[in-house]
Amino acid sequence: MTTSRRDFLTAAVTAAGAAVTPDLARAQEHDHDHDHDHQVVPSDPALRVKALESLLVEKGLVDRAALDALIDTYEHKVGPRNGARVVARAWTDPAYKQRLLTNSDTAIAELGYGGLQGEHMLVIENTAKVHNLVVCTLCSCYPWPVLGLPPVWYKSAPYRSRAVIDPRGVLREFGLELGDDVEVRVWDSTAELRYLVLPERPAGTEKMSEEELAALVTRDSMVGVGKVTTQA
Amino acid sequence: MNGIHDMGGMHGMGPINPEKKEPVFHTVWEGRAFALSMAVDGDWPYGADRYQIELMPPEKYLRQSYYEKWVTTLVELMVKTRMVTSAEIASGKAIERKTKARHVLTAAEVPSVIAAGDPASRNVPATPHFRAGQQVRARNMNPVGHTRLPRYARGKIGRIERDHGVFEFPDTSVNGFGEKPQHVYSVRFAARELWGEQAALQDSVYVDLWDDYLEPA
Amino acid sequence: MNGVHDLGGMQDMGPVQTEKNEPVFHEPWQGRAYAVTRAMGAWRKWNLDASRFQREQIAPVDYFRMSYYERWIVALVELMLKNRMVTPAELESGKPDPGSAKQTPPLTAEKVQILIAKGVPASRDVAVTARFHSGERVRARNINPVGHTRLPRYARGKIGTIHQDHGVFVFPDTNALFFGEKPQHVYSVRFAVRELWGEQAALQDSVYIDLWDDYLEPA
Repeated sequence: MTTSRRDFLTAAVTAAGAAVTPDLARAQEHDHDHDHDHQVVPSDPALRVKALESLLVEKGLVDRAALDALIDTYEHKVGPRNGARVVARAWTDPAYKQRLLTNSDTAIAELGYGGLQGEHMLVIENTAKVHNLVVCTLCSCYPWPVLGLPPVWYKSAPYRSRAVIDPRGVLREFGLELGDDVEVRVWDSTAELRYLVLPERPAGTEKMSEEELAALVTRDSMVGVGKVTTQA
Repeated sequence: MNGIHDMGGMHGMGPINPEKKEPVFHTVWEGRAFALSMAVDGDWPYGADRYQIELMPPEKYLRQSYYEKWVTTLVELMVKTRMVTSAEIASGKAIERKTKARHVLTAAEVPSVIAAGDPASRNVPATPHFRAGQQVRARNMNPVGHTRLPRYARGKIGRIERDHGVFEFPDTSVNGFGEKPQHVYSVRFAARELWGEQAALQDSVYVDLWDDYLEPA
Repeated sequence: MNGVHDLGGMQDMGPVQTEKNEPVFHEPWQGRAYAVTRAMGAWRKWNLDASRFQREQIAPVDYFRMSYYERWIVALVELMLKNRMVTPAELESGKPDPGSAKQTPPLTAEKVQILIAKGVPASRDVAVTARFHSGERVRARNINPVGHTRLPRYARGKIGTIHQDHGVFVFPDTNALFFGEKPQHVYSVRFAVRELWGEQAALQDSVYIDLWDDYLEPA
């Protein structure tokens, strides 16, 4: 058997769960002809982005310091800790919780959070009987001001496709098993509303301060793929 | 399953680009791939080869050419049914002496095998639940296994044009629940029923659907 | 458009793969890609809906092959070319074309915090009649536009109930194509999972989808 044929078949076996081998098909020519713009992204996006940024800076189309500030904000300043504080406040202050559920934008703004990709917020409450799960099947819409930028799994095809058709299966993958007595509500973020799940407060936390409670709240629980436990 | 293969109604796949004077096989290996798939007497049920292709990860499905997909899945099925081992595929050498082939096709047999084909029809009585002219609805089912009811038709109302007779049912054949032979009908769906008001009033799509896919409407 | 991005209900995408302590950006280039996209958006030559539509038009095989931020960059390049903000020669060389004038970027470091705090609201303070009301039964229309839409395929033709009226928002289907904002009411519509997926689905579960007035008809 010639090398190329063997490699080709080996690549086929990869899918059957055998040893990992490079997929030769990718090295072959495009085997589908089409006219429309075919984006051939070089194998190193890092180089491409670097070149692009330099070009745009040189043309005066973007300001480098602005780029740095954007990255810094989402890497270090805005993240799920914001949402955790909102949740902890709602757990400890019933009046705030009421405001949060009926007028989410303003209630979240009370804590100083809001703005980009969180201009129109809706907080949905998990109870013993109702479990909420948030997805964006069409792209990756996510409430940035309270949760930061979305994780890879949230933006992935597996999550986007299955959350609406098999929510209980998806939750099981995250280690959460729900009984038949629980109603699951999946929220597909198709418009500019951004959803934040208000998870259930775990038992045994009655003596905890707001700050201690906030430390327990996970990003996953605010998307709806997990519950808050006393093991943070 | 709701896989990427179920392409009816998709936009964004690009122009069709038919090739002038397209050869039957673009390369020698394509011909060999075709022949291997035909010749290998595999121990898998009706529909299993199609379903195996449907199981490919979407990126791979879209990237691999037609005959690449045939070879990929042929190898997967042969390994699954232990006709060959992954080690043999990797090395290209036969390791096990025994062969699991139930029949080795000879050149002399080829013309008659092609002529006879491999009919999926079954000469058994089966009660048809529908008849020509009847209005039906394609059921809204979303099995993870193999099915031949395309997503674009589910929940849509059509009319039985013709009863094709009794055939093996691929959904159960593939998932190990047997042949379950039943009637297959040609069902006419108005284009507007499928695609909305933008579609032409007089156009239609005829879909061949098994009895189990339908309910009265 | 009925593109591969419209993933709701697909079953062949494999398991959800999570990463413990996932960083915001795995590689610096991803942060740069994010920031450059945001900064170029500040020129307001296109809008958010047009950006999403541009990503949806990535060839299906590439859509799956590319990582998230790769798709952002590819779509951004297309938008910049379309709007003549860069030329193919400039992308090739990495340098401005000879004689091209240097511009002043609208998004400066000082303005970044304002942008992040204010955001870009899609709501519109205009009086528009709502065709539907809370509790009403509606059907998502069976539309199959080739342009941009936020009505997922899995919901089309399905019957649901108006859960809530979110107020008036820009309509992405027209806005993405620069045909106007056409502000209208957006509703949270509740669909029983059995209505969406058939008898196999759990009896008590549901999917809530935010849908514009134009997507709905009385049921």
